[in-house]
Amino acid sequence: MSDIEQRVKKIVTEQLGANEADVKNTSSFVDDLGADSLDTVELVMALEEEFDCEIPDEEAEKITTVQQAIDYVNAHVK
Amino acid sequence: MGFLTGKRALIVGLLSNRSIAYGIAQAMKREGAELAFTYQTERFEDRVKKFGAEFGTDIVLPCDVAEDSQIDALFESLKTRWTDGFDILVHSVAFVPKDALDGDYMEKVDREYFRIAHDISSYSFSALAKGAMPLMEGRNGSMLTISYIGAERTLPNYNVMGVAKASLEANVRYMAQSLGPRGIRVNAVSAGPIKTLAASGISGFDRIIGFYETHAPLRRCASIEEVGNASAFLCSDLASGITGEVTYVDGGFNITAAGNI
Repeated sequence: MSDIEQRVKKIVTEQLGANEADVKNTSSFVDDLGADSLDTVELVMALEEEFDCEIPDEEAEKITTVQQAIDYVNAHVK
Repeated sequence: MGFLTGKRALIVGLLSNRSIAYGIAQAMKREGAELAFTYQTERFEDRVKKFGAEFGTDIVLPCDVAEDSQIDALFESLKTRWTDGFDILVHSVAFVPKDALDGDYMEKVDREYFRIAHDISSYSFSALAKGAMPLMEGRNGSMLTISYIGAERTLPNYNVMGVAKASLEANVRYMAQSLGPRGIRVNAVSAGPIKTLAASGISGFDRIIGFYETHAPLRRCASIEEVGNASAFLCSDLASGITGEVTYVDGGFNITAAGNI
């Protein structure tokens, strides 16, 4: 598992109060991990803080799964 | 010794460590105040209790400001903890459904959004003040709310929340006039844009922050710590001559017409 993948999963686990084992790359925050709209907002903010980046609203809306978060960070964070 | 030593402050509106109320709590605690918090629904009970522990208080009470009965219950409970009263009421609450904060004002404004925005973002300050009044009289009490420049000028997407903030600022003035003779001051801090959970509902908010970073005299927004410091001052006896005032803590943005073009 890459460093970024690990950090993303750690944040998802913490923010959503999920079990580590349930947080898979394919997991959807809302459908699989039970996040509501406030959770998803906090999750995006936590990702921004962890990776020291700004995720614009339009992009944030598209991040709905663990893999999409990993892909975003890989593409935008140096 | 901190300038709020011996003061007791009830802070309404703490939701996360990004909340403006968190910055206010930090500053007030640092200056020696004893704190109490509220949470809106059970969903937030545990997390606000955790913040309570962080700020050295176990007075963490439920209160959905949309319900008069809950406001009554809040002050009934608070009275059993702070039996001889308290000094500071902080209101850092605003709400309207997210849809109202995205798009053209005339298209989005309707009776229901207008009602909700004014009820939760403006009336709730007077409602809390009514409940707090008997416990705050005769102690050089101070009430504070948080506003935004959208109350006075227009900006995209802020829409009916700007109208509600105008109501809130007028509310500050009428409350100050009414409560002055009872020894209670009422003020507002108009903060620059801050990335809080509530603000995340405002469409294009990150672009507004960027605009401040380009055009405000300080070339940045203000932080929750800076809003907290000004709030702590306004609620302290150092500000004993100030009431009915809206104080900008926004990197100076409000003075600009054209900014850094």
